[in-house]
Amino acid sequence: MDSELHPFSASVFEQRKLFKEKLARSLMLTAALMLIVPVISIIIYLFVKASPVLSISYIVDDPGPLGKSGGIWLPLMGTFYLVLTSLVIVAPIGILAGIYLNEYAPDNWLTRAIGMAVTSLAGVPSIVHALFGVGAFVLTLGLGKSLLAAACTIAVMTIPVIVTATREALAAVPMQFREACWNMGATKWQTIRTIVLPNSVSGILTGVILEVSRAAGETAPILFTGAAASVAVSTATLDRKLVPYDLDDKFMALSYHLHIVAEKISGMPEEMMFGCAAVLIALILTVNSVSIGLRGWLRSRKKW
Amino acid sequence: MQTNQNISDSNAVNAAALAATGEVSIRTRDLDLFYGDFQALFGVSVDIKPGIITSLIGPSGCGKTPLLRSFNRINERYGNVTTNGEISILGKNIYDADVSLPELRKSVGMVFQRPNPLPISIYDNIVFGLRAHTPRGELKRGMDLDEVVESALREVQLWEATKNKLKDKATSLTLEQQQKLCIARLLPLKPRIILMDEPCSALDADGIERVEELINELRERFTIVMVTHNMGQAKRASDECIYMYLGKIIEHSSTAELFLNPKEEQTAMYIEGRYG
Repeated sequence: MDSELHPFSASVFEQRKLFKEKLARSLMLTAALMLIVPVISIIIYLFVKASPVLSISYIVDDPGPLGKSGGIWLPLMGTFYLVLTSLVIVAPIGILAGIYLNEYAPDNWLTRAIGMAVTSLAGVPSIVHALFGVGAFVLTLGLGKSLLAAACTIAVMTIPVIVTATREALAAVPMQFREACWNMGATKWQTIRTIVLPNSVSGILTGVILEVSRAAGETAPILFTGAAASVAVSTATLDRKLVPYDLDDKFMALSYHLHIVAEKISGMPEEMMFGCAAVLIALILTVNSVSIGLRGWLRSRKKW
Repeated sequence: MQTNQNISDSNAVNAAALAATGEVSIRTRDLDLFYGDFQALFGVSVDIKPGIITSLIGPSGCGKTPLLRSFNRINERYGNVTTNGEISILGKNIYDADVSLPELRKSVGMVFQRPNPLPISIYDNIVFGLRAHTPRGELKRGMDLDEVVESALREVQLWEATKNKLKDKATSLTLEQQQKLCIARLLPLKPRIILMDEPCSALDADGIERVEELINELRERFTIVMVTHNMGQAKRASDECIYMYLGKIIEHSSTAELFLNPKEEQTAMYIEGRYG
């Protein structure tokens, strides 16, 4: 303490405080930076390993025998149509339920029961959903192992998150807009249709798309409900190339295809596994960035 | 402007007729109001006259806003509200089973503390109410919406400022303009009563002055009930004052009477600023 004493000189205690402050800050910064390490590593590792096969023809060619050669067109289309079919099933139910719960539901035992059901459903492991899908859709409803049965399973699995995303998007619309409408004699539905939904649609849509695409990247829910290691589909004509599956067909999907080529078949060329994984992750990242971009664009257009 | 003139005339006649017959515009009898278990109003009985401005004053939490919100039954949208007693608007008990709430709220409009234009264009804000109350086919056929918008905006002295940007978002206006717009959007619905919940408290001094002028111009055609925390405003802008405390009406008289000769000790203490 040879420094000159003045009214604002730091005491020993003060210096210790400052040191702790810096220490705490750098520890937390390090932890935050560690978040990006796995993401970057996974992406670089996958694409380096997959680089020998990655090409246009790998994307658009059908898989060869046992997936040891050829491309991944059929699994890619399978995942795409799985997402699309699930969306068509789950979006109306999830969004309408979310609107009811946020805008209409009185605070009573029924609302609380629905809320608890939503929370519990979100906590059910995906393999359990898969078994439920077998029982409910494949067997009881007689859909068989099919694209439709798998899409229904994905729908049940994702509905709680979609309901929650819808409610959050609606709750973000300020109450004062509803007050203004109600006080002019607009009904709740008029208010929702003309003011609340147009201002929350971006949040709802991104929530729905993100969740369904995430779920469609999982293997468990489609494992017993419709995914196949290979399918006998002729993609000779253009319309069969673009729509290779009917709703009651078994289908190939990227996640399940990866499971097969990586685990079940010996002598698989390494780049074929990594190629599939790279395409799967690229697909999900693309969907994510497109919906985040869409949300940003829609948000920038509204102002309050 | 033609339609506008007609609206003004008919409303003025209505208000004058009501006043002449000694009618009251809003009448409550023994009104109790509960939010859940909490009682916000105790046996409120009040007659509010047509064609004048009545201020509701009193310290925070005294029940001004719950009373105001019960006049168009909007408080039922704010959770678990129960009421006992009677509210008659223009001679009709609004708790009767055959009362349509959309129609009631069309006749009894509300202006809020914080201007709350809808996040749509200025034009669409003005016609929002009409659209909510008119079948789509009818709107397309007879009604000239442009004219409705112009006359409503002229009435609130907003036409010159906005006529070249009617398609702009209403939220891009200044706060004062927004509040005028919130008044203007009620006019196409031809309301009889306009409720105002501290309509100037978000505005600066200039804005307050101009919005008060506007309210003053509207007074004869509508029954205006205004909640205010601003004693000066109550004095300047209102014809009658109602002083409330803890959910009860303490005193209701002409503004001059209430401020110069308050009958109740409590009223006197409040307007002198000794509490609240």
